[in-house]
Amino acid sequence: MSEGLTWTVYDADTMTQAEIYGEVLCQLGEQHPEIVALSADMANSTKIGRFGKKFPERFFNVGIAEQNLFGVAAGMAKSGLTPVVSTMAAFTAMRACEQVRTDICYQNLNCKIIATHGGSSFGQAGTTHHCTEDLSIMRSFANMTVIVPADGIETANAVRAAIDWPGPVYIRIGRGFEPPFYESEDYGFAIGKSVELHPGTDVTLICCGIAVLQAVEAAKFLQANDDLSVRVINMHTIKPIDEAAILSAVTDTRRLITFEDHNVHGGLGSAVADVIAASGKGCAFEKVGIPDCFCEVGYPEDLYSHYKLDTDGIVEKVREVMGRDFEEDDDWEDEV
Amino acid sequence: MPITEQEIRFLEEKAKKIRKDIIDITGWSGGAHIGGAMSMVEMLTLLYFKVARLDPSQPEAPERDRIVVSKGHGGVGYAAMLADKGYFEFDLLKDFNKFKSPFGMHLDSAKVRGVDVSTGSLGHGLPMAVGLALGARVQKQDWKTFCILGDGECNEGSVWEAAMAAGHFKTTNLITFVDRNRLMIDGQTEEVMSLEPFADKWRAFGFDVREVDGHSFGQLTESIDAALAATEKPVIVIANTIKGKGVDFMENDVRWHYGGLDTDLIARAKDSVDRMAGHD
Repeated sequence: MSEGLTWTVYDADTMTQAEIYGEVLCQLGEQHPEIVALSADMANSTKIGRFGKKFPERFFNVGIAEQNLFGVAAGMAKSGLTPVVSTMAAFTAMRACEQVRTDICYQNLNCKIIATHGGSSFGQAGTTHHCTEDLSIMRSFANMTVIVPADGIETANAVRAAIDWPGPVYIRIGRGFEPPFYESEDYGFAIGKSVELHPGTDVTLICCGIAVLQAVEAAKFLQANDDLSVRVINMHTIKPIDEAAILSAVTDTRRLITFEDHNVHGGLGSAVADVIAASGKGCAFEKVGIPDCFCEVGYPEDLYSHYKLDTDGIVEKVREVMGRDFEEDDDWEDEV
Repeated sequence: MPITEQEIRFLEEKAKKIRKDIIDITGWSGGAHIGGAMSMVEMLTLLYFKVARLDPSQPEAPERDRIVVSKGHGGVGYAAMLADKGYFEFDLLKDFNKFKSPFGMHLDSAKVRGVDVSTGSLGHGLPMAVGLALGARVQKQDWKTFCILGDGECNEGSVWEAAMAAGHFKTTNLITFVDRNRLMIDGQTEEVMSLEPFADKWRAFGFDVREVDGHSFGQLTESIDAALAATEKPVIVIANTIKGKGVDFMENDVRWHYGGLDTDLIARAKDSVDRMAGHD
């Protein structure tokens, strides 16, 4: 899909997730004349405006009108184009919820959605601009693929993969100031296939988005200080979820914790729980995220700390789960 | 695209046939949105039998004109039209609304041959039609998009978001109709949530407005000709219609927004359609 392009490592220290995807879209636009881009007065905030500057005839700003944004995108997809739509997650998943569901998913259209300011990443803005419900909402739409990249580099991979992936795709990113994790795009990103970032046999941390980097740091710390072997999985695709990786983790480590910047109901944790429950295998399990409340106001790093999504919080949660009394025999037959 | 007297007579007979088909499907289905289906029969008949570039043997042809029935509850009329046009066998509509039928009351483009866009939830069709029109423009295609809105549907905010965009982007390759039958489920549009001054609202959003008798093939054709010639502003045709048109006991009666028909009522309804007079 990227033949002919030179994929350099983005200056991820200074470029935000959104800036990187804006750059990637510009590159993809050269190869794919069918790509058009749309936004709702968020061309600059989301960086999709970069595409608009390069391809003005293929960029449409519909103003502050998100329902129309996704309806227009659906019509464009019906005409044979591949619309890439970007606006804030809150207005994608909630203001235009029905258009995404009925116009795009019901008709299984080739629309790629890049939802910015996901989770509590725009923490200062308050609840109206937080979006800790989108993964739950999007996961429940038939035909929808849901991706939460760990950083800008993975966002680049996700956007490129989404263009080649048939049907609607929801890519959820942050506000843009999330620290980078990956140094290169070349780590084998594939939609629906998770990435093991740290090996471990005592406990598995399944993460997405900003929690990925923090979990890897926590795993290193716990190895060094607690002599714990902590597996970290970057579950960048929430749907379709990598069931094999979850089931291996259940078998190998018997203790699982999920970390996500989302309500603990309905997102990554719930998707993982579904797989565990259906397997009939027992394990210690905890979902960490926003504990079914509207998120506090504050800078994202303070919020991640408050909700145990930073390294310290993750270490604390792992110690808590490791301290639980849990049957660890090898006989699975009595648990099915 | 002038229209001859002979063509008008043909279209009027076709419209009567479609109305009787709608009556049959309503009988088979146990209940359908017959009132609003009847009011848009002339618009659909004119599009499918004179104006739109369509080939039922190639429903996915890229160069075809697109038709978006934004008032998706008109599905019973839309289905009757598509069957008559040859997209599928009319007898398939005996299963309308039934278990696993491709034909629910709001038609699904994935299941029904000839349906360009799935509609049903109101306020969705015009945004998608604007997207289709812009899609044609981006791809430098000359096919047109026709969209039929319900008047009650125009309570939805998303209709006006799309109207703003159509005016802004000057989508003159989009021809929009409003089936102005003045009734919605709960009563008269002007009593439930007033739309007037309706034409002024569309003008304010950047449209050239044509108000016509929505049952007159002559007037509808003139308005479409003006729309096809437009270069600055998209045209909207406010088609003044009668809900339940053609069936005397349904006309302008809000109770026939949705209803079922027994054998006796089917006979009476068809007899009424046979007695319909033409509109100038």
